[in-house]
Amino acid sequence: MDPMIRLILAQGMLGLNNGVFYAMLSLGLAVIFGLLNVVNFAHGALYMLGAFLALILYSYAGAWVGLDALHIGFWPALIIAPLLVACFGMLIERFMLRRLYKLDPIYSLLLTFGVTLVLQGLFINFFNASGTPYPGMPESLRGVVNLGFMMFPKYRLFVIIFSIVVCFVVWYMIERTRIGSRLRAGTENPELVKAFGINVPLMVMLTFGFGTGLAGLAGVLAAPIYSVSPLMGANLIIVIFAVVVIGGMGSIAGAVVTGFSLGLVEGITKVFYAPAANTVIFLLMVIILLVRPNGLFGRQG
Amino acid sequence: MSTTTLTKPMLKIENLHAWYGESHVLHGINLELAEGQLITLLGRNGAGRSTTLRSIMGMVDRRTGSIAINGEEFITKPAHRITPDGRIGFCPEERGIFGSLTVEENLMLPPAVGPDGMPIEELFEMFPNLANVRKRMGTRLSGGEQQMLAIARILRTGARLLLLDEITEGLAPVIVKTLGRVIRDLKSRGYTIVLVEQNFRFAAPLADRHYVIEHGEVVDTIESGDVESSMDRLNHYLSV
Amino acid sequence: MSNTTTDIGEFEENTGEPEHRTRSRIWQGIFWVALIGFLLIAPALLYPVFVMQLLCFALFAAAFNLLIGFTGLLSFGHAAFFGGAAYIAGHALKVWGFPPLLGIATGTLFAAALGWAVGSLAIRRQGIYFAMITLALAQIVYFLVLQLPFTGGEDGLQGIPRGHLLGFIDLNQPLAMYYTVAAIFLIGFLVIYRIIHSPFGQVLQAIRENEPRALSLGYNVDRFKLLAFVLSAALAGLAGSTKALVFQFASLTDAHWQMSGEVILMTLLGGMGTIFGPVVGSFIVVALQHALSGIGSWVQVVIGGTFIACVLLFRRGIVGELARLLKINSL
Repeated sequence: MDPMIRLILAQGMLGLNNGVFYAMLSLGLAVIFGLLNVVNFAHGALYMLGAFLALILYSYAGAWVGLDALHIGFWPALIIAPLLVACFGMLIERFMLRRLYKLDPIYSLLLTFGVTLVLQGLFINFFNASGTPYPGMPESLRGVVNLGFMMFPKYRLFVIIFSIVVCFVVWYMIERTRIGSRLRAGTENPELVKAFGINVPLMVMLTFGFGTGLAGLAGVLAAPIYSVSPLMGANLIIVIFAVVVIGGMGSIAGAVVTGFSLGLVEGITKVFYAPAANTVIFLLMVIILLVRPNGLFGRQG
Repeated sequence: MSTTTLTKPMLKIENLHAWYGESHVLHGINLELAEGQLITLLGRNGAGRSTTLRSIMGMVDRRTGSIAINGEEFITKPAHRITPDGRIGFCPEERGIFGSLTVEENLMLPPAVGPDGMPIEELFEMFPNLANVRKRMGTRLSGGEQQMLAIARILRTGARLLLLDEITEGLAPVIVKTLGRVIRDLKSRGYTIVLVEQNFRFAAPLADRHYVIEHGEVVDTIESGDVESSMDRLNHYLSV
Repeated sequence: MSNTTTDIGEFEENTGEPEHRTRSRIWQGIFWVALIGFLLIAPALLYPVFVMQLLCFALFAAAFNLLIGFTGLLSFGHAAFFGGAAYIAGHALKVWGFPPLLGIATGTLFAAALGWAVGSLAIRRQGIYFAMITLALAQIVYFLVLQLPFTGGEDGLQGIPRGHLLGFIDLNQPLAMYYTVAAIFLIGFLVIYRIIHSPFGQVLQAIRENEPRALSLGYNVDRFKLLAFVLSAALAGLAGSTKALVFQFASLTDAHWQMSGEVILMTLLGGMGTIFGPVVGSFIVVALQHALSGIGSWVQVVIGGTFIACVLLFRRGIVGELARLLKINSL
């Protein structure tokens, strides 16, 4: 195979691997924004929280309960951590965000920004600011697979496939099921949905929990790849905002597709001009704003 | 057939006030109807007819007074309990069809509020036009289809008290005629109905009683038997 | 719903009875006297460097408030103008050997140009998207500052000379530097005050209150927004350039998103849409950071907690609440 093509494919795979996180986070952001009209700045911090919970479950939780030999591993963490993050999200919704719905949405953005600073500050205090490796990667996912054009880490391949499945399930749930139809209806006209006897405040709380749970899930998936650091979410959320401006928050499928594609674009940019790789998404955002101000899948301005 | 002194009203509203933000929209509405009756709320645009329905549904910012359904007080209920506890079906102005939901999804959206909701197949019999567009998205329906869907949607839930807001507005005469037939059918099946109508000719033959609302108050009540003799008054109220 | 936007600052000019307005004027007068009195005697009471830091951030916050408080636009990227200008001014002073005022002017002009570029992109979307776009664009500036060869990367731009003001006043003298900064602050603050009370400022507030109505009245809303954005960016740049001169370095933190957050907090805490709020808010935040500098990154927790408290309990801010207690419209 031509080495150039080989390189593009390899970087594309690595880019797709970042795209996983763009897709899952912007998906959650879009689900939340649709129903709550809230842009959750804390989404990055909750992703970080998910990663830390995985780390804590493996390295610390056992010792805390007096069982030094107990390490709660990756697979249980993949379920427990997102649930805990979702609960935390629901507490934020129930006791803070709920009081801001009648106000300009910038207040909920500022509130969640405050939550971000608090979470980040707490973890900087208790953990190494420059990051801790996650030691709990399951044995079955160690090693590499031969993709023909490259040796690709097995775990990363798992993450790509797993998250595509997750995104598809979420899309299916929202677009094709009864419960999803309630969510879509609530997005359009929450007042009328309430008048039909559906408990909208509860639905809003669960939706926020679901969206933040997705962020927590992404965090657990990220833990074995990147080092677990208090700042891992902060830098990501800004990229996610650019992704969301490009894709528009009006469409679930749009958010997912945009997320994966931008990861791919970022990876391939590395082949041609590496220094631009971390700005290419922002530059694409500029171009989109110039030619299609409402975003690729934007329904509203 | 109609009596002004009801022994057991199904819906009884007393001294209902309602606000949107700071603006005081209803100034003490009083009305009542017995099970199986149909009343209309007549009046000009902005008089407070739709707001009366929305107040019953808890869709205003603030409301005071009394709304009793089958003797139970509803004024303090949270919005999402009103429909199930009162077995109400609400058909809002502008029809409230969800554009991102298919016809079927729209139909299935409201949770059941009682045991004897109409089965889907019966609804498609009642509104044959809908049967052909089951999978179509709400945004792609005609006005008539939307209106039929809005009515079908609440019949499926088993609601017994129907609040219908301007269901004939902007529809072709042939569809209005169909709707008239549907309402008559519903009444004969024992549904209790509050109809907000602009189209008096549509409403007159259906109603047991007409309430005329102006500036957020009931200014006149006309029994169906007295409509003929009250035409002058009605024309005065409804003339633009 | 009209009640969704009215909550951003309860400031309304030219409403209320005459006595109301007189009372408003008297209290504004008291604040002006207090501010100028403070500027004059502060170096006798506090470290001049500390006061200069206060003033730079106060000007930064006041510039930011011009957007959020008086135009209703939330920029989440103002650090780009503050920090970007600091780097450009620093470079002009250090490498090109510009005299102090020209160096500051260069930084300010750069911020204005950057503001034009960022603003014309961001106003293409409304509301919450505007905030996200400004944040993302500011991140480009941050990456540039990190990667361009002249910025010193992680170390920042160090050793910026203070030089001689007008060729003969040595700014290495602490008091000379201090009164220069005080004058720059006062001029910047007066410019903002004038903008708010000009016909242009009235249109901005009309846009904040109700954009569609302003549009239907025939105002070219986008042009007004853009001009407000450029002015706000330029004044933020003035603050950043001055800070670079005072501290003799420009650092990455000046351009970091967290700085954009801090200026929002200063304005929110003091009172969005008030005249003196940003000054009060920035004083408190800077003083808080100094007082808490011993507890390390707990500062961030405190700052975040203050944010949450402000948004939930205290949306008018300190000066806004004070104005409400005094029953006056603008302070």
